[in-house]
Amino acid sequence: MIELTVNGTRHQVDVVPEMPLLWVLRDELGITSAKYGCGVAQCGACTVQIDGKAVRSCQSRIGEIAGKSVVTMEGLANKEHHPVVQAWIAHQVPQCGYCQTGQIMQTISLLAHIPKPTDEQIDQVMSGNLCRCGTYPRIRTAIHAAAAKMAEK
Amino acid sequence: MGHMQRISRRAFLVGSAAVAGGIAFGSYGEAHQADLTSHGNPLTSGLGPNSASFNPWVEISPEKITLIAQHADIGQGVGSVQPIMIAEEMDLDPGQFEIRFAGPSPAYYNTGFAEELAPFLASDQSPAAEEARAASLEWLRKSGLQMTGGSSTVPDGYEKLRVAGAVARETLKAAAAKRAGVAVADLRTQSGHVILPDGTKIPYVELAAEAAKIPPVLDAKPRDPSQWRILGKPMTRLDVRSKAMGELKFGIDLKMDGMLFASVKLNPAKGQPLKSHDASKAKSMPGVKKILEIKNGVAVIATNSWYAMKAVEAIDCKWAPSAYPAEQADHWKKLDASFKPQFLGKEWRKIGNIDAGLKDGTPIKAEYRAPYVAHQPLEPLNGLAIASDKGLEIWLGHQSPQAVQSIAAAAIGIKPEQVTFHNQWVGGSFGHRLEFENVRVLAEIANQMKGTPIKLIFSREEDFLQDIPRQISVGKYAGTVKKGKIVAADFKLAATAPFKGLLERMGSPSKDPDPQLAAGMWNMYYDIPHFRATSYEAQGLSPCTTWRSVGASTAGFFTESFIDELIHAAGLDPMKARIEMCAVPTYRKLLETLAEMSDWKGPLGKGKGRGVAFVESFGTPTAEVVDVTMTERGIRIDKVWVVVDVGKVMDPVNFENQVQGGVIWGLGHAINCEITYKKGAAQQTNYHHHEAMRLYQCPVIEVRGLENDPKVRGVGEPPVPPAAPALANAIFAATGKRIREMPFNKFIDFV
Repeated sequence: MIELTVNGTRHQVDVVPEMPLLWVLRDELGITSAKYGCGVAQCGACTVQIDGKAVRSCQSRIGEIAGKSVVTMEGLANKEHHPVVQAWIAHQVPQCGYCQTGQIMQTISLLAHIPKPTDEQIDQVMSGNLCRCGTYPRIRTAIHAAAAKMAEK
Repeated sequence: MGHMQRISRRAFLVGSAAVAGGIAFGSYGEAHQADLTSHGNPLTSGLGPNSASFNPWVEISPEKITLIAQHADIGQGVGSVQPIMIAEEMDLDPGQFEIRFAGPSPAYYNTGFAEELAPFLASDQSPAAEEARAASLEWLRKSGLQMTGGSSTVPDGYEKLRVAGAVARETLKAAAAKRAGVAVADLRTQSGHVILPDGTKIPYVELAAEAAKIPPVLDAKPRDPSQWRILGKPMTRLDVRSKAMGELKFGIDLKMDGMLFASVKLNPAKGQPLKSHDASKAKSMPGVKKILEIKNGVAVIATNSWYAMKAVEAIDCKWAPSAYPAEQADHWKKLDASFKPQFLGKEWRKIGNIDAGLKDGTPIKAEYRAPYVAHQPLEPLNGLAIASDKGLEIWLGHQSPQAVQSIAAAAIGIKPEQVTFHNQWVGGSFGHRLEFENVRVLAEIANQMKGTPIKLIFSREEDFLQDIPRQISVGKYAGTVKKGKIVAADFKLAATAPFKGLLERMGSPSKDPDPQLAAGMWNMYYDIPHFRATSYEAQGLSPCTTWRSVGASTAGFFTESFIDELIHAAGLDPMKARIEMCAVPTYRKLLETLAEMSDWKGPLGKGKGRGVAFVESFGTPTAEVVDVTMTERGIRIDKVWVVVDVGKVMDPVNFENQVQGGVIWGLGHAINCEITYKKGAAQQTNYHHHEAMRLYQCPVIEVRGLENDPKVRGVGEPPVPPAAPALANAIFAATGKRIREMPFNKFIDFV
């Protein structure tokens, strides 16, 4: 049994320690906001937070994160009013939406480290998150809008 | 599969007859107003007590209102715009209704294909063209073909969904009038209520039982667009909130009690069988429940997806060799050898005297190439199914519900009507979800695991390996220029046939030329005195299918690159020459708008270049300007301007998002994507081999929608084809180098 905390709830899972967190979340715990896209850290759709840092859950072996705290979109505090989520809705970023939870989790991490990012800084941090529908122009706009909103507070 | 058989035979019969001309179509004039009732209403059988359904798109129970989305939502927003078209007429507000995807039924035949299947240019509004379209519509009705594709959702729904909403509204008013004993003319509707003359508001749901007892008011007319409350104005897509909250369930997110997980390894030589396998290692791996042999590969059933994927990876398979050349170089050789009479698809268009024209003036020749490309939406192929002795129930996202039934049924030897299909929200398609790899194997696996719900997920690598790619194509283009004018243009291309390939896999092979090989080539709207467009269909190459914008994604690149070469040879300005040569007034207006928007004033100067391209696809004219700079690190795309004329913009926000996404799709794949074969298998198996555009390469994209076209057109695909030639033409302007083959990064570096 491996123990981990997801969105504030403790879970015990009976899986091999090499199993990626992504699949523990999706198939063992039924938490589906983190998406499988590539399995090799090429797309960012599986991005979650581990101890406050954005990570690719497809590359995080469950045995190595035992005892750590995982946060997915489901566990985002005050989600509906989160400035990043709000900006994503206001600027209507999603098309198919499959990559967007990863984009949002990555953006939250970006803004935690760089509260007012330039376009270049956005490019650097966000280019690991693939969007096949091509919502990039709206992602940029929404990040700037969320940054502005967060600066007001 | 008899059903699909009838569809395509008819489709191509009508197509050929119309081309030949002189065939009387009979009196199809009435068919312009699509007959929406002849297939009955599939909602009737599922109605609960005291519930009403006036047509296949509206269902009202005492508890809720449900609007049916017949086109699959693959990210393009039709899960929103379809119900909104109904809600507009019903005076419903967003939030007052639920959305459900349609089940398979001929009642949901796609009227939007009528334009594309009639072999006339989109700009041709002649009586003969309209007759042919009416004939197409009539056999679409008879065939009952329900399919999402060809940028047809809005053209299909524009009339019929608004009529469906109007019928519902007027029937609810009639029910209220009967109850209150007042005249219908004295009633009005607002926000899901009928309002009586004294101001009393009756919720629609309270009228369901009474409305069910009266005949629907079938002659209800939709309102004039000037009265629209929601349509035509910026609106919030109905799925945006749940997607931004991470709450929307895609097909891959479904679960069921007692479910087991499956993953597969199929012969990478597409369509060929398994010879033998050794699963001794996989058997004892963690979580493995069962190993199954299926038609062209193996499947592992396990307690989670990852265990299944890992174990299936460990199975050693011996495969039958590919039916197409094992090595990529031989694909190109075969293609190059296909410009011969025995491979002729069709001479699609001939103007003037091409042979004489080609001898008149300075000759220009060029050869273009476009590779196989994969679809690879981010949600991999998947599905959930449970088989019983009675049949199969299946949950996945697909663009052809009836074909899901027939393919799944054929795979396990049952009848199509024994397959119950529930369509799901899809995390992208781009044409991938018109094919059946997941459907076929899921049916086989579930059938071998009767009684157990099976959740199938393809690994990304398996998805790449089984992705039936876009057509491979070679263009041999020739022309002449004289005294600053283009005299002749002779376009020939050889390609694999994507649409025919799809039809064949749907069980209805066609012997007619693939119309998608004409797209982007024959519909050239410049006034060139001598012109010819001919397609050749290569045989024995990789299976190919429809990829966002299909034929025009490759031929549009050839055509608009070559037109640019001719314009350059004639010493003309690329934008001005296109405007002057453009033979269709609304299309000329489109180019003029683009010139004004991009402030086109000729060459930009050292190191910078701009290129323009104009392609009509699926009836939608689209023109783009791309600006680039040659930097030390390679080409940087600075900005793109796009103008699209769809006749009527339904949702300006989603319109802009679709157009930007289409441009990004076109540019990204032109820059760095191709699928190549080695030992019969695709060599690219994840995104680092086939990346397309990432955020850091994405330019600012300025979009304008025009409403000059006399018809309502779609927008999902048409922004794709002009992107690649506009970029190539910009690179030429900046560097003097013509790039005639995709992907461009084989010839020039990009930032």
